[in-house]
Amino acid sequence: MSKLDLGRRRVLKTGAIAGAGLAMPTIFTAQSAAAYTNEPTGSSVVLGFNVPQTGPYADEGLDELRAYELAVEHLNGEGDGGMMNTFSSKALKGNGILGKKVEYVTGDTQTKSDAARASAKSMIEKDGAVMITGGSSSGVAVAVQALCQDAGVIFMAGLTHANDTTGKDKRANGFRHFFNSYMSGAALAPVLANQYGTDRNAYYLTADYNWGYTTEEAISSATEAMGWNTVQKVLTPLAATDFSSYIAPVLNSDADVLVLVHYGGNMVNSLTNAVQFGLRDRVVNGKNFEIVVPLYSELMARGAGKNIAGIFGSQNWDWKFQDEGSKAFVQSFGTKYGFPPSQAAHTCYVQTLLYADAVERAGTFNPCGVVEALEGFEFDGMGNGPTLYRAEDHQCFKDVVVVKGKENPENEFDLVEQVEITPVEQVTYAPDHPQFAGGSLGACNPGA
Amino acid sequence: MDAFILQILNGLDKGSAYALIALGLTLIFGTLGVVNFAHGALFMLGAFCAVVLSRILSIAHVTVDPTRTDFLGNPLKVSTPYVHEWFGPEAGQTLIEWSVPLAILFSIPIMVAVGFAMERGLIKYFYKRPHADQILVTFGLAIVLQEVIKYFFGANPIPTPAPDALVGSFDFGALLGFDPGTIIYPYWRLIYFMFAAAVIAAVFAFLQFTTFGMVVRAGMADRETVGLLGINIDRRFTIMFAIAACVAGMAGVMYTPINSPNYHMGMDFLVLSFVVVVVGGMGSLPGAVFAGFLLGVLESFASMPAITTVIPGINQVIIYLVAIVILLTRPRGLMGRKGVMEE
Repeated sequence: MSKLDLGRRRVLKTGAIAGAGLAMPTIFTAQSAAAYTNEPTGSSVVLGFNVPQTGPYADEGLDELRAYELAVEHLNGEGDGGMMNTFSSKALKGNGILGKKVEYVTGDTQTKSDAARASAKSMIEKDGAVMITGGSSSGVAVAVQALCQDAGVIFMAGLTHANDTTGKDKRANGFRHFFNSYMSGAALAPVLANQYGTDRNAYYLTADYNWGYTTEEAISSATEAMGWNTVQKVLTPLAATDFSSYIAPVLNSDADVLVLVHYGGNMVNSLTNAVQFGLRDRVVNGKNFEIVVPLYSELMARGAGKNIAGIFGSQNWDWKFQDEGSKAFVQSFGTKYGFPPSQAAHTCYVQTLLYADAVERAGTFNPCGVVEALEGFEFDGMGNGPTLYRAEDHQCFKDVVVVKGKENPENEFDLVEQVEITPVEQVTYAPDHPQFAGGSLGACNPGA
Repeated sequence: MDAFILQILNGLDKGSAYALIALGLTLIFGTLGVVNFAHGALFMLGAFCAVVLSRILSIAHVTVDPTRTDFLGNPLKVSTPYVHEWFGPEAGQTLIEWSVPLAILFSIPIMVAVGFAMERGLIKYFYKRPHADQILVTFGLAIVLQEVIKYFFGANPIPTPAPDALVGSFDFGALLGFDPGTIIYPYWRLIYFMFAAAVIAAVFAFLQFTTFGMVVRAGMADRETVGLLGINIDRRFTIMFAIAACVAGMAGVMYTPINSPNYHMGMDFLVLSFVVVVVGGMGSLPGAVFAGFLLGVLESFASMPAITTVIPGINQVIIYLVAIVILLTRPRGLMGRKGVMEE
């Protein structure tokens, strides 16, 4: 009986091991002969651009895609070279990456984590993409970053602002150039205190998802440190379109500042509703009522029209920057497409060049070589002044721009004016800061 | 008390949009027996009528100003709307500013034509098909319509403000003896509520006091008998579909200054409006209107911090909770007719 029992176990064990082997995704097994996942062997290399092409952020995704196409042109030696001419590193020669012509495939994230993972997986498995980049949401960035870590490819995040992307959800294979919620708070709070005084009562309407939570925490803790009082924090459904029932209670509170922790369509609607209810004309506690939007998207702010006039917020970059890098990028982008680029386009363009440069310096597409080349990398000439890709969390540290909605914009692209360029020292934090607690980078994964 | 009044006003305003869409849905269901999931798309098309008219009025001829430059350093192209040249800058600008109210007139023939084409071109082939087929085909149509709009207008919201004269808010607090500034309500939302009330009254009067309406009501009660009397009820029902499309379209036009229109706005309202129809009672016009306002008010109250602090998340589920309770206690809805959707 015992012999029979042992035999059955052996059969089960053998079956389980064989089954697990068969069931293992091909991305972990298909290239066992290669040194790393999707090692380019021909004369070209494939990059995967994963952006929202459908859904509410499709226009932002389209702008990201324009920037990626421009970056590929420049990497392959076409066009005017854009920021490659101003980039402090001179490793890129305009002959592709490591002499291989850059080709690309695109995926549609739909701004949904599962769809974004599916399209990234398809680009890695079917198209052989060696790097995935893009996105317009922190939820998507975190999900795709984890997938890329497991698959053994590099992820260069697009527009993602939540602390968690380089906080509790950071990964060794993932890198973020865009700024984050903490940096918005650190940059905005002193400006707000300077403009509106230190004795203010703030009311928060916060989008009910991960980005909303981290941004609300970042802004409230930074403004409270300046002396502001937080009156109320209210979560609003992500699917909400009419915010009137959330704004009406603000009228009956003691608040004299409304912080709208909303992005995209939510921001357009909540800001429009707040202005309709006359909040900008109110006087509370002897002070003018003010509205703050922590993260501006100038692309989507167009939807709010004149309502953004005088509203403070923060941005990663602004096309009106006058440094040589920004001017070169705006010239390239504007000549090709006829209008200035958004900050989403800028971060995606820069991320592509940074990846290509890291590969050139590392001399390999191996993700572990790229990680080593990017960690602690200091560069300039990319539109934000001297910048550091910090090794501890793969977050870029650079100046942050505080902006204000223009009172009389000259055209639909000229919506905000720069109020202050907050120096990088003021927005830098320790890698173990409580707002970024938990998680660890782990080791880089070359896959294969 | 002031917060209470403010949320009632908010609820009535939200309910106006729900009631207008639900009214059209019920008209179509009551007459044609079709569950029209493309009705939200008609609301969205109406909103884009306002966008289109605004753009038509803003059509400009371009001149180059050599003294100024654009962001690339090229001579600046200056656009001057033709209406500025035809009627003078002030009158022309006023015309552009009033594009939303003018779009109501603009939208009527367009929405009637869309409704007519939709019913004759697609919906009529699904009269005798199961409701599941109707839902699938109309939902598919809604997706096609919104993708067409996205193709031409993009995914971003498009600002379509009210005329400057109607921007601002009314201080009910001062009027009702409360502290000034405690009960403030935007003019345009008040106009929206009054507009909705007028449209609802007009639809009811049309059905109640005209011969056409009487025949339609008879057809809603017993289509077969009306047909046997030699009345072409199908033609009248087609007209009712066009009227329902027109109501949804006008509701969409008037909504544009409240929230900037985008291609997805119809879907945002569609599910809620179906809940309104079910709660009001399938096929009941007064039920749809009453439930629209009721759920609008409840949704507003559930969003108050005093409520969400005690029951977190209630603001997101209140409408569905009410729907469950009403369907458990009154399966036909608040004013549902016997026999509707019960076969």
